[in-house]
Amino acid sequence: MVSHAQANQQTLVKLLVVACAMFGFGFAMVPFYRVLCDALGLNSVLKPDLPPVNTQVDTGRFLTIEFDANLRSNLPWTFTPVEKSVRIHPGALTQVTFEVRNRSDRRVTGQAIPSFGPQLAGRYFKKLDCFCFTQQTLAPGEARRMPVVFVVEPGLPQDVNTVTLSYTFFEVEGKAGKDS
Amino acid sequence: MEAAHAHHGHGDHAHHPYGIMRWITTTNHKDIGTLYLVFSLTMFFIGGLLAMGIRLELLEPGMQFWRPEFFNQLTSMHGLIMVFGAIMPAFVGFANWQVPMMIGAPDMAFARMNNWSFWLLPVGATLLVASFFVPGGATAAGWTIYAPLSTQMGPGMDLAIFALHIMGASSIMGSINIITTILNMRAPGMTLMKMPLFVWTWLITAYLLIAVMPVLAGAVTMLLTDRHFGTNFFNAAGGGDPVLFQHVFWFFGHPEVYIMILPGFGIVSQVVPTFSRKPLFGYSSMVYATASIAILSFIVWAHHMFTVGMPAVAQLFFMYATMLIAVPTGVKVFNWIATMWKGSLTFETPMLFACGFIFVFSMGGFTGLVLAITPVDIQLQDTYYVVAHFHYVLVAGSLFALFAGVYFWIPKWTGHMYDELLGKWHFWLSMIFFNITFFPMHFTGLAGLPRRVPDYNMQFADFNFISSIGSFGFGLSQLILVYVVVKCIRGAGEKVSDKVWEGAHGLEWTLPSPPPYHTFETPPVVK
Ligand code: HEM
Ligand SMILES: [Cu+2]
Repeated sequence: MVSHAQANQQTLVKLLVVACAMFGFGFAMVPFYRVLCDALGLNSVLKPDLPPVNTQVDTGRFLTIEFDANLRSNLPWTFTPVEKSVRIHPGALTQVTFEVRNRSDRRVTGQAIPSFGPQLAGRYFKKLDCFCFTQQTLAPGEARRMPVVFVVEPGLPQDVNTVTLSYTFFEVEGKAGKDS
Repeated sequence: MEAAHAHHGHGDHAHHPYGIMRWITTTNHKDIGTLYLVFSLTMFFIGGLLAMGIRLELLEPGMQFWRPEFFNQLTSMHGLIMVFGAIMPAFVGFANWQVPMMIGAPDMAFARMNNWSFWLLPVGATLLVASFFVPGGATAAGWTIYAPLSTQMGPGMDLAIFALHIMGASSIMGSINIITTILNMRAPGMTLMKMPLFVWTWLITAYLLIAVMPVLAGAVTMLLTDRHFGTNFFNAAGGGDPVLFQHVFWFFGHPEVYIMILPGFGIVSQVVPTFSRKPLFGYSSMVYATASIAILSFIVWAHHMFTVGMPAVAQLFFMYATMLIAVPTGVKVFNWIATMWKGSLTFETPMLFACGFIFVFSMGGFTGLVLAITPVDIQLQDTYYVVAHFHYVLVAGSLFALFAGVYFWIPKWTGHMYDELLGKWHFWLSMIFFNITFFPMHFTGLAGLPRRVPDYNMQFADFNFISSIGSFGFGLSQLILVYVVVKCIRGAGEKVSDKVWEGAHGLEWTLPSPPPYHTFETPPVVK
């Protein structure tokens, strides 16, 4: 029986090691996922896009680009697009402005996340400059006008005539909010 | 480690305490098996009650009974309780009772740890159930607790996270115990390829559990730190990504669904040969099929995520890998049917449930195949078609296998035959009401009814009404099971022989019925 107990202990230790390794594996999926997404060019909405190679403006076609601005529930800001929508040609470099104001009496840092409707338009929507590429920190009461510079590639499927660019500002907690 | 805790005062096997203390301190595999089974039956009824709440709201279109938030709590908690409280512990209960008796071992390898693994469960379950009563109520993020929903909810979500940690720890400990017992404590002559299939399926399941429960623990830990400690694993604003949660969750989640079915395959593989009076057809192919299902289950997880915007190559890969799993599954179904072929069949309740299992589980397998086709799944994702699929494999699969196992072994465990007539009623009512409940969901799903929504368009009214009526019938039918089990335990019903079933083979049937408290203290020799 003693040898039995010893063999059991050994198996126990081995299996515990496997369990701990798998706990680590769960966390290892995080950097692995990042690397994979970067390598495959997925999920790059927060980085400037390369200007499109074919910058020919398709003057024969009009697109309506609508702008939408949202705040995640507890962020004490106001956030609005200056232009509600613009009518442009595919391939034309366009600049629009968003306004944001901190309504609270503390410093708050926020990060905007863009999304597109229809979703597939995102692939043809090239942002060359955007306030979403960096976090925005606003002092109490501070207001800011922020540009977005973009080109919609002429390759956008013909049946898409309206694209909505929607931003949601999230508070980045534990940053400016706490140290002031 | 074992020894250190044995002299806590109540170690000695010969004079175990009586009354409640016996159950709290027990290290006997049969006692612990009973505890697991009673616990899971209780959770089965709690989870069932929540399901009745869901179907009550869905009986008619419009909002009648609950606020929408509470409806979502019902669906989420129903799933969590059934998966982690009912199905998984029930199979562990079977492992505790049966594995030592089937391989000729005196007890589980780590008897004290066995006691802990059980008693963690009521703690986790209490946290889970208590979360209904905290501000904001229980988690309403679905049993899949997807971020970012789950990073936003109230304290009920934290309780669910702790409950998952605790129940996960319990499963890991239980699995370590099962693997060690099977690997090190088999009777002389009981080679691996002579082990009963139930033991084989549990060995493989236990490995799956050890591989993926820690991943779930990691995922919910990340949720917890995102919620309270300023990390940004899943928070888009901080550079995280909610889709990452889905990948980590399903890396656990898909093997998890096989964790819930493989021991069921094992039970059916014991029952079918017994009532066909023939050895199992293709024993070794069964073992290999089980192992290949387990291995493949690690590379198919993203079939739950076809709509998150994966590259087409990835979608294709996961589609084909998923379809591949149907092959070993098909091998199993084929073998069960071949076992019955030209056997002298009788249809006692365990066999009825096993046949019901084979039939209805296969239908669930087919809808799984349909869902595996990416372009089809993009239409069907998050509709009632998926709900129909997984209830066909989980209720008519895992649960019916558990029922088959209960009727099969309860005469051995209690020494008394169950009430055959009531058993048959239980089977037929369950089978009929199950199909009344879930078959219409294929149609509503195909027509686009989304899951986890408390209200629906008028066009779905008739099918939902039928589903709800069926579910009430199914729920009520389960009371028969309780009655039958209680009758057996109280010693009503004729006394049974050691062998119980004419066609039974295996070490457990060489023991008296009921088996004495300690069995196989001197190992039997298997030829
Ligand atoms: C032939 C074998 C199987 C195949 C091909 C298969 C395929 C699939 C697919 C593609 C989905 C995703 C559907 C969607 O969300 O759009 C799914 C969902 C699901 N399957 Fe299966 N499946 C199989 C067997 C099983 C078994 C044996 C179980 C459990 C006993 C199971 C349990 C589930 C569950 C619980 C879900 C839904 C998870 C959720 O979203 O909440 N499946 N299955
Ligand atoms: Cu799956």
